[in-house]
Amino acid sequence: MSFTVKKAGDVTVFEVEGTLIVGNRQELKQKVIDEIEGGARKVLVDFEKTTYIDSSGLGVLVSLAKKIRETGGDLRLANLNDDLQTLFELTKLDTLFQISESRGRALESF
Amino acid sequence: MGQGPLSLELEIPSDIGYIEDVVAEVVRRCEAAAFSGRHVAFHIPVALTEALSNAILRGNAEDASKSVRVRVRVDAHALVVEVEDDGVGFDLEACTLDPTTSDNLGREDGRGLFLMRRLMDLVEQFRARGNVVRMTLRRRSSDDRAA
Repeated sequence: MSFTVKKAGDVTVFEVEGTLIVGNRQELKQKVIDEIEGGARKVLVDFEKTTYIDSSGLGVLVSLAKKIRETGGDLRLANLNDDLQTLFELTKLDTLFQISESRGRALESF
Repeated sequence: MGQGPLSLELEIPSDIGYIEDVVAEVVRRCEAAAFSGRHVAFHIPVALTEALSNAILRGNAEDASKSVRVRVRVDAHALVVEVEDDGVGFDLEACTLDPTTSDNLGREDGRGLFLMRRLMDLVEQFRARGNVVRMTLRRRSSDDRAA
C-alpha cells in the first residue's frame, strides 16, 4: 500500500493505493496533518486504487475531517468502488462525507 | 503450517504488521475455493482484518510475548475462521456498538465488531485455550448480502 500526495489547483489530493487499515492508517493521518499544517484547506482522498478499508481507516477519515473543519477547510472523498460505497453506507459515513463518483467531479465541488 | 487448500492454521506475533499477509493468504484460499467476488474482495478481508486487529491490539495489548492463532476451514458450504488471542475475552453483545446513531456517527472508533457482524453470517466469542472469535460466512449465489 502507498499514499501519494498531488496538487490540483488549491486542492490537495491523496491517492490511497491498496489498503487503508490499522497497519498504515497513521501514515495517511500524518501526511494529511502535515499538509494541513502547511496550509492545505481543501483535501480530497481518492480511492480509485484502493482495495479495502477497515474500521481503523474509517476512523482516521472521521478524525481528519474534524480536524480540517476546525481550520475552516473540508475533506471530501472520490472514486469509491461498489464495495467501498457499501462500507460507507453500512456505517452511514456516506452521510458524514461529501462523496463524488470521480476526481473531476470532486474537484469541481470545492 | 497449512493442511491443504481447504484448511489453514497460522500463528502470528502480536504485531499489526502481520495482518495484511494473513488476510491475503486467507483470501487466496477462498478465491481458490470459488467464493464469490464480493466475499473475497470485501466481506472476508474487512471482517478478518477487524478480528485480527482486535486480537492483537485489545486481546493481547500488542504484548510481544503473546501470539494470535488463526484457524481457517473452507468447505462446500461455508468459510469458518477462528481468531484466538491470549486476552481475557469480552462480551460480544455489550461491546458491539451501533456506529450509525447520531451520537456515535462522529466517533473514530467503535465500528469493528459492527462490521464483522454485518459482513459475516455469524460471529461467536468463547473461551478455549485463549479467547476465540469465530466467524462463519456461508456461500451464496448472489453477492448482495451487505447491500
